[in-house]
Amino acid sequence: MRVRMIRRSLAVGLAGALGAAGLAACGGDSEETTGPISLRMTVWSANDDHLALFNAIADEYMADNPDVTEIAFDPLPFETYTTALTTQIAGGNPPDLAWIFESNAPDFVTSGALVPLDDALGDADGYEYDDLVPATTDLWRDEGTLYAYPFSTSPFGVFANLDLLDEAGQGAPAEMIAAGEWDWDTVIDASEAVGEQTGAAGMVIRDFDYTGWDYLSTQWTGWGAQAWSDDGSTCGFAQPEMVESMTFLHDAIFTRQAMPGPGTSADFFAGEAAYTVTQISRASLLDEDGFDWDLVPLPAGPAGEYAVIGQAGLGVLTQSENPQAATDFLAFMTNPENSAKLAQYFPPPRQSQLTADTLAQTNPLLSAEQLQDVVIDGISTGVVKPSNTSQAELNQIIRAELDDLWLPNADIPAVLDSVCEAIDPLLAG
Amino acid sequence: MTTPQQVDRAPARSTSPPPPRSRFWTTRRRDQLAGYLMITPQLLGFVIFVFVPLILVVWYSMHEWNVLAGTFDFVGGDNYQRLRDDPNLPGVLRATGLFSVGLVILNLTLALLLAVLLNQRLRGTVVFRTLFFSPVVVSLVAWTIVWRFLLQDNGGINGLLDSIGVDGPNWLRSGGTAMLSVIVVQVFKNVGLNLVLFLAALQGVPRDLYEAATVDGASRWRQFWRITVPMISPTILLTSIITVVGSLQVFAQIAVLTQGGPGNSTTVLVYYLYQQAFQFHQFGYGATLSVLLFLIVLALTVVQWQMRKRWVFHER
Repeated sequence: MRVRMIRRSLAVGLAGALGAAGLAACGGDSEETTGPISLRMTVWSANDDHLALFNAIADEYMADNPDVTEIAFDPLPFETYTTALTTQIAGGNPPDLAWIFESNAPDFVTSGALVPLDDALGDADGYEYDDLVPATTDLWRDEGTLYAYPFSTSPFGVFANLDLLDEAGQGAPAEMIAAGEWDWDTVIDASEAVGEQTGAAGMVIRDFDYTGWDYLSTQWTGWGAQAWSDDGSTCGFAQPEMVESMTFLHDAIFTRQAMPGPGTSADFFAGEAAYTVTQISRASLLDEDGFDWDLVPLPAGPAGEYAVIGQAGLGVLTQSENPQAATDFLAFMTNPENSAKLAQYFPPPRQSQLTADTLAQTNPLLSAEQLQDVVIDGISTGVVKPSNTSQAELNQIIRAELDDLWLPNADIPAVLDSVCEAIDPLLAG
Repeated sequence: MTTPQQVDRAPARSTSPPPPRSRFWTTRRRDQLAGYLMITPQLLGFVIFVFVPLILVVWYSMHEWNVLAGTFDFVGGDNYQRLRDDPNLPGVLRATGLFSVGLVILNLTLALLLAVLLNQRLRGTVVFRTLFFSPVVVSLVAWTIVWRFLLQDNGGINGLLDSIGVDGPNWLRSGGTAMLSVIVVQVFKNVGLNLVLFLAALQGVPRDLYEAATVDGASRWRQFWRITVPMISPTILLTSIITVVGSLQVFAQIAVLTQGGPGNSTTVLVYYLYQQAFQFHQFGYGATLSVLLFLIVLALTVVQWQMRKRWVFHER
């Protein structure tokens, strides 16, 4: 039974009390409307510069497509973005287009919630569909069909506070990279020294905060660990690589105090920590008159060098009232010309635009070398943060199980075994 | 000024028999109609915003509703069967019960104690009344965020404890203190409301009862139990019902402070319902959990209402 039947059910329930007028307000028809078209796209950024760029692209589109009289960008809070989006859908008020987190990609891509895009993008004039880097589109395909455009592919890197490191008598990351010593052991040694010498925090994995466990993939991938197998069906938390990486992390937190412990906050961008692992878009949080800093790739782990990327997809909802117009706008918004404009905030998935020169023109805070080492190399070699079907439920279960790990005397192998025991039924399903 | 026509008509009215009075529109019926018209807006509001959603929630609880896939299939009692077999539910109900009992006892005791203290004729009581009531009007989320910072391992509370040589616990991350922290944050937020209600009730107790008891030699403690408590028992009933119902609906504090953790130790029923419906997209099962919540609130309210016959003083 499709969405129209849901609305009919709602209508039956409400009819007695509200009458026909109320029903008209609740309902909608998923067929393409014929009159002036209004499109709405949910986004998780309320940044004025981002919205100004989107609106400029939308104005340009509407100038050439008079049928589309309005394109509204609807910012939803980042923390509750997916919840708000699905609530809008459940409430019969779905947007036409939506940004989607990589962690929710499997749920959206496999459920039939999104309109297939291959034909629309492939047929669009001057689109250069083959320019999309295949690795960036993997997550957004189901059985070979593309369901969302990976409009932002943002690698994780390490920002370093050079002033704090200098104060603690520690070398700069660039020197360590040059000496071939840029690895997690070095980072934790330096972090511990910063704590002892300056009282500031050492390494902060931003947004982890002992709840967002998937951000730890920026560390455990260096040990060759995975949350689950590539097909998402087998738990990886009890594997020796994961036990080893978590033991390292636990030691860094509780024994060496090189990372802020649970319930302790330290903001790198306020100068409170020596290093932070985060995405390059966070460079905008750096104060121009603040400390001296550098952006470098993730440190190597025992399994060697690696990169982790976060992604955002842009898709058209099947429950949109104007899926055709929305798809057409998506093709316009992500064509080579507009992709280059979006690249100043969102690293593009286009091979031709992934050059240090192109990115440097639109990322004034970052040097060509930083862009090459962190962004371009990261996109080419990086693995995407963990994602699976029923990701929200997995997130909750794993968060609850891992709480026992964040205690000084935790039995690490036992806790990781319990994670697998708890999520195995979901992975098998 | 009287016109000739009006003068002519006047005698005719006086000679004709009065028109027969409508048997239907009696005074009683007119009063009833006026009454119904008066309560119509409230009744309409109740039907649209309470009764219809209630029926819809029950209807949804009999469906499997996958929002992303756009499916809405009738499954009858499957969700209720799932509720019965849900391995998480006992822990959720235990956490809910613990929160409610803790909150009700702490809130009512503290509110009554403060009300008795502030009912004295002392200088500065107005300032204290304002101080204790002010959190009630503060935004709940803002209040909770501030407390989250205070309760951090390196936050204000542990800073204070540290200054007197005490090593404070990691309040929100420890299984033993997370629930206590949530309860205390909620108590300080809303104790002012019950305080004001108790204060109003205390000021309605006739002074001559205390004077007579003093003449009879009753101690202050005996006066409190034999006069104060019975006289304000209707207010105690009201505040206990409000506080119990409110405690079962706690959400924002859990979402901001602990997200149900550590483990699932602070996952109360409303937060679990939110997770199932809005995070896991299982709206049908979420609706089933909200039916359970409704039945629990209804049962507790009925029990409290029935118990009033035993202990509420002037309901006898």
